[in-house]
Amino acid sequence: MTATGTSQLTTADTQKGNMTVQSDSPVTLIRPPRGWQAINLRDLWLYRELVYFLTWRDIKVRYKQAVLGIGWAIIQPIVTMVVFTFIFNQFLDVKPDAGIPDAWYPIFAFAGLLPWQFFQGALQRASTSLVSNSNLLTKVYFPRLIIPSSAVAAGLVDFGFSFLIMIGLMIYFGVSFTLQMLWLPLFLLVALLTALAVGLWLSALNVQYRDVQHMVPFLLTIWMYVSPVVYPIDVINAGGLWKAVYALNPMVGVIQGFRWVLFGTNPPGWMFAISMTMVLLLLVSGLYYFRRMERTFADLI
Amino acid sequence: MSDIAIRVNGLGKRYRIGSLHTSNYHTLRDSLVSLFQPREKQPNGHIWALRNISFDVKQGQVLGVVGRNGAGKSTLLKLLSRVTEPTEGEAEIRGRVGSLLEVGTGFHPELTGRENIYLNGAILGMKRAEIERKFDEIVEFAEVEKFIETPVKRYSSGMYLRLAFAVAAHLEPEILVVDEVLAVGDAEFQRKCLGKMGDVAREGRTVLFVSHNMSAVLRLTDETVVIDKGGLIMQAPTAEAVDFYLSRGFTQEGQRVWEADEVPLSAAPFLPLAVRVLNSQGKVVNTIRSVDENTVEIEYSLSAPVTGLRVGIYLMSTRGEYVFTSFDTDDAVEFERMTVRPAGRYISRCTLPANLLNEGRFVVGVNASSYRVKRYFQDEQALTFTVDAAGAPGMHWPEARLGPVRPRLNWQIEAIEA
Repeated sequence: MTATGTSQLTTADTQKGNMTVQSDSPVTLIRPPRGWQAINLRDLWLYRELVYFLTWRDIKVRYKQAVLGIGWAIIQPIVTMVVFTFIFNQFLDVKPDAGIPDAWYPIFAFAGLLPWQFFQGALQRASTSLVSNSNLLTKVYFPRLIIPSSAVAAGLVDFGFSFLIMIGLMIYFGVSFTLQMLWLPLFLLVALLTALAVGLWLSALNVQYRDVQHMVPFLLTIWMYVSPVVYPIDVINAGGLWKAVYALNPMVGVIQGFRWVLFGTNPPGWMFAISMTMVLLLLVSGLYYFRRMERTFADLI
Repeated sequence: MSDIAIRVNGLGKRYRIGSLHTSNYHTLRDSLVSLFQPREKQPNGHIWALRNISFDVKQGQVLGVVGRNGAGKSTLLKLLSRVTEPTEGEAEIRGRVGSLLEVGTGFHPELTGRENIYLNGAILGMKRAEIERKFDEIVEFAEVEKFIETPVKRYSSGMYLRLAFAVAAHLEPEILVVDEVLAVGDAEFQRKCLGKMGDVAREGRTVLFVSHNMSAVLRLTDETVVIDKGGLIMQAPTAEAVDFYLSRGFTQEGQRVWEADEVPLSAAPFLPLAVRVLNSQGKVVNTIRSVDENTVEIEYSLSAPVTGLRVGIYLMSTRGEYVFTSFDTDDAVEFERMTVRPAGRYISRCTLPANLLNEGRFVVGVNASSYRVKRYFQDEQALTFTVDAAGAPGMHWPEARLGPVRPRLNWQIEAIEA
């Protein structure tokens, strides 16, 4: 019934005159891209729902044929935490940050794994996202930025599940909940932006150089060891300059922030400022590079 | 003025040679290696896929776009639908462009019909509310009510296609770009698609219709542009443009030979070599006599055995009416015998009986396919020939006879009352 109603309405609308159609319809100018072009914000806004749908598709498809389904989002961080605790805490005698009891190492490691695994997954998916969606790139227009963005966003669901475990662990270990926890979304946002920034670079590079695919797992392994996931940030007991170099890794600020928020360790200070500057630099340059390469995606892929 | 929906001005697109057909992406090693190689070794040639294209399309107009394979039609559509960006020139587009470059873009096999409708709708630029509003209509058009919660990987190819087209067709953009969607699907579905396109046009939307199907172009469009070798040859009322395209130069006469690089890679293992029209003496000719028996032959090679292959021709008048379609394995016994055609070189030859065709020009199209499996190769305008009707029935009246055929029928005149 509604269907007929709608189609009648459409015809009536058109009959009213072409004027309405025209004044509403946006004018698109297609011309060769010149130099720096700002990200087309109007288009991004028009297609905002597509980010949601592609994210939703990624999540849905990822768990559709897995027997354990979303269980994987829980198993992975827990198993990693157990292994890390045995290897690093029990055998190698790595201690958590000062002020955290030694017995809290599992939850200390988990607080590092929480943002790290989110970042790792997001970056992995983002870097291959353009190539794995090549059928879309060559057939329809939409702002290409949506593809790596939704690949990054798809990791948020897994993060949500891991975070529930985090809360469970905090209750189990008797960690008190504080108002500081309200800062957590900020550090999550920084992790997300870092993944997006690097993801923009790598996904665009991957269109032209498939070497990136092989490089990413390697890069992530190295990256984990230069981030304070399994060890406290205090182990970097070199001078201020080395600490500054170390803080160039945005994940340093993020993980430090997570531990501050959850356990009240030293708050991220000037090192976080360096991390933030680095994120912004990566993001702006990533957007620029992505935008510059965007025009060739459909021809190269 | 504001009643122009699309204004194209000097549009051009250049590709690097080698980035068209061969492997498109490089490895970092390739780039590094080429850094250290002398300049001239680099394939730095460019090719203009499209150049100096200018035309206007009025609001509510249905414009046909015709041209041979590789003429630049797809590039034009890709530019207008913003999939790729032009190298020079500009185009101004008033309104949302919906493209049916390939239906089912973004369909995910693991997702259900319902989920794919939402996903595909969003990819094509529909708002969630819009999809919700049209959901029932889409499902009804696609005739998949019962399977709407089933993953589309379990759909038959027909269902899949209907659903994909249904989503795209309900997009209701101000400008609809259609490329060859009608080449797929069964006759009933094609009829439905054409009907839907007709509706779209009647609603006052602008349609760009690219097709090799001249009768569909003639039926649906008022005006047509002809594109050849990347340039715009003419923009004229459809009847005139189609006649020009079919009869002058764009299709070869007497014999059409394919070079290996003219054949899309997707045709493998089938490789067309030539199609020829031969007269009763066995000579390749442009003009045949309708009173003689003539021959059409297709030469091709198979690089691997093909099961269920049929190679055949379409015959069409230059007004775009199909005269007939015929395949070399139309005979059921012959089809049984040739179940698997081994690799090798072949000629499939057929006889055009005497006293069949009317005078005029005809277009031969070639098709090689396995029914319901794959269409290996198709060229709907492979070559043209002229029929000379001298000696045909009724030639003592110097008048044009209607219809593409001019059979010699057995007439008896019986006096029933003297």
